[in-house]
Amino acid sequence: MPPVIGKWKMESQRKEYGQALVELGKKKTDIVVLDADLSSSTQTGMFAEAFPERFFNCGIAEANMMDTAAGLAASGKTVFASTFAVFGTGRCYDQIRQSIAYPKLNVKIVVSHAGITVGGDGASHQTIEDIALMRVLPNMTVIVPADAPQTRNVIFKIVDFHGPTYVRIGRADVPTITNADEKFEIGKASVVRDGDDITLIGTGIMVSKCLLAAEELKKHKISTKVVNMSTIKPIDEKTIVKCARETGAIITAEEHSILEGLGSAVAMILGENATIPMRRVGIPDIFGESGDSEELMIKYGLTSENIVNASHEVLSRKK
Amino acid sequence: MDSLSAEEIKDLTDRATRIRQHIVKMTKEAGSGHPGGSLSAVEILTCLYFKILNHDPKNPSWPERDRFILSKGHAAPALYAVLAEAGYIPVDELKSLRKLGCRLQGHPSMTCTPGVEMSTGSLGHGLAVANGMALAAKLDRKLHRIYVLCGDGEMDVGEIWESAMLASHYKLDNVVMYLDRNMLQLDGPTEKIMSIEPLADKWKAFGWNVQEIDGHDMREILMATEHASQKHGKPSVIICHTVKGKGVSFMEGSLKFHGKAPTNEECTKALEELGICRQ
Ligand SMILES: Cc1ncc(C[n+]2csc(CCOP(=O)(O)OP(=O)(O)O)c2C)c(N)n1
Repeated sequence: MPPVIGKWKMESQRKEYGQALVELGKKKTDIVVLDADLSSSTQTGMFAEAFPERFFNCGIAEANMMDTAAGLAASGKTVFASTFAVFGTGRCYDQIRQSIAYPKLNVKIVVSHAGITVGGDGASHQTIEDIALMRVLPNMTVIVPADAPQTRNVIFKIVDFHGPTYVRIGRADVPTITNADEKFEIGKASVVRDGDDITLIGTGIMVSKCLLAAEELKKHKISTKVVNMSTIKPIDEKTIVKCARETGAIITAEEHSILEGLGSAVAMILGENATIPMRRVGIPDIFGESGDSEELMIKYGLTSENIVNASHEVLSRKK
Repeated sequence: MDSLSAEEIKDLTDRATRIRQHIVKMTKEAGSGHPGGSLSAVEILTCLYFKILNHDPKNPSWPERDRFILSKGHAAPALYAVLAEAGYIPVDELKSLRKLGCRLQGHPSMTCTPGVEMSTGSLGHGLAVANGMALAAKLDRKLHRIYVLCGDGEMDVGEIWESAMLASHYKLDNVVMYLDRNMLQLDGPTEKIMSIEPLADKWKAFGWNVQEIDGHDMREILMATEHASQKHGKPSVIICHTVKGKGVSFMEGSLKFHGKAPTNEECTKALEELGICRQ
């Protein structure tokens, strides 16, 4: 069973990533890791220390890193390439598109410091559009782990999955809501709480906010289903349609622009398969700013309260 | 400019010290930020805003002004401190760095802060943007000049070399780049992470007028800048040899203080070293 709601341990996804790489590096000698002068932040530095001969720091040259990754992958290596999410997507989009996604190469782009929880660094470093950019690329798999244990499970899963993969993790420690022994399947959402009246579909750190919202809604006698949509692409269409049929109302929640992320993906599926009242909770179509992570979550509408309010609105439209 | 009087030098040195104090205090107050690369660039910025730039803090959008772009945007604390000293923003505002709703964003934003000419933070863009401004000045037959500050780690960025080519191709002699050669980037020493030497030869090969100076010696900074302004038909780079964290003993040459704010105690100690009592 998941830990008691709200009494969550705060743990680092980045640390899990670094440790997972070291463990996998021992078993699999074909793994190589690249970074772009951020290995002390992304935690690929752990791998660099353990396997210096299989780690390549490319310097502040993300485009160069992605094409180098492609070359390594085309030569049979399993490549992990890491930097901050903002630099690992927009800055090297052409390299990812032309040399990784199009030729379907086995490069795992694992990026940290996604979203506005980056905090003080401000808008230049807060990517709110990376899911959108990656989701639209053919052949790309897009994964947003909800917490530290799931980050580990995702890394252990994708290492054996052949193909371009984008994994998005955060800077700040996040509440641990999944169990370490929970199996992660690419493209398979998990229902983390069952309910009949409404479904909250969250991704990344917003899954914990959905769980908090569900507790709050319970006080209003609203029975809430919560789904952890950790794979954004290929998205679990079956689960979305099933939840739509079962509860007749859906909220999505993501630490990403309201445009073209999880919410859009779900809305498209609902539009074509099961038109029911739905609402997207996410960052409005504006850039972020400096501030404390929690303050920013409030200012940009990413709290459990925002989810509760959206739920009431959607339920009022439900027939 | 080599005829700087002793008073002028003292005035500049005092300003540089005050700017260092601001940097230490504001990053401590913010609890995050980049003191190391801010402190290494203090003399360069001080010379720019108090001797080199033709500008008017009361009229930040004066069309004839010289432009300065902080390409290594993480040194924002240094830029804000110098903008405050120059009168673009109140000194008291410095403590709002990185706070929700503030004008002093973690990395410079031209839509938030008066005096900031370009939004930066993602490394490697500044020189190309400077080239754009320099081309516009030439088109409009304006005489103002464009100055840009880059980091040595920033030299890893491919776009730097694309823009180096463009500047010499279009003979942008109204562009001057200061290169903060403090020998460190984020993950370690530049020559260990990604070797960039021979740096001066690279810039020469790209068609630039190259000078190498002590980046903490203000006479040298001013003389090199003067020399750059006399070179026609070529952009100029001034490789400034500096020390990351300069001025605070425990930050000098320290990787840790690249992107970490001082604690309360560290701040006190730093301010003592910088020669003032806390207010
Ligand atoms: C494109 C990009 N990649 C990565 C970063 C993260 N980052 C911030 S500062 C820095 C190191 C910069 O080194 P340098 O240019 O030498 O600056 P300095 O040592 O003078 O602070 C890095 C990698 C960034 N800001 N932009």
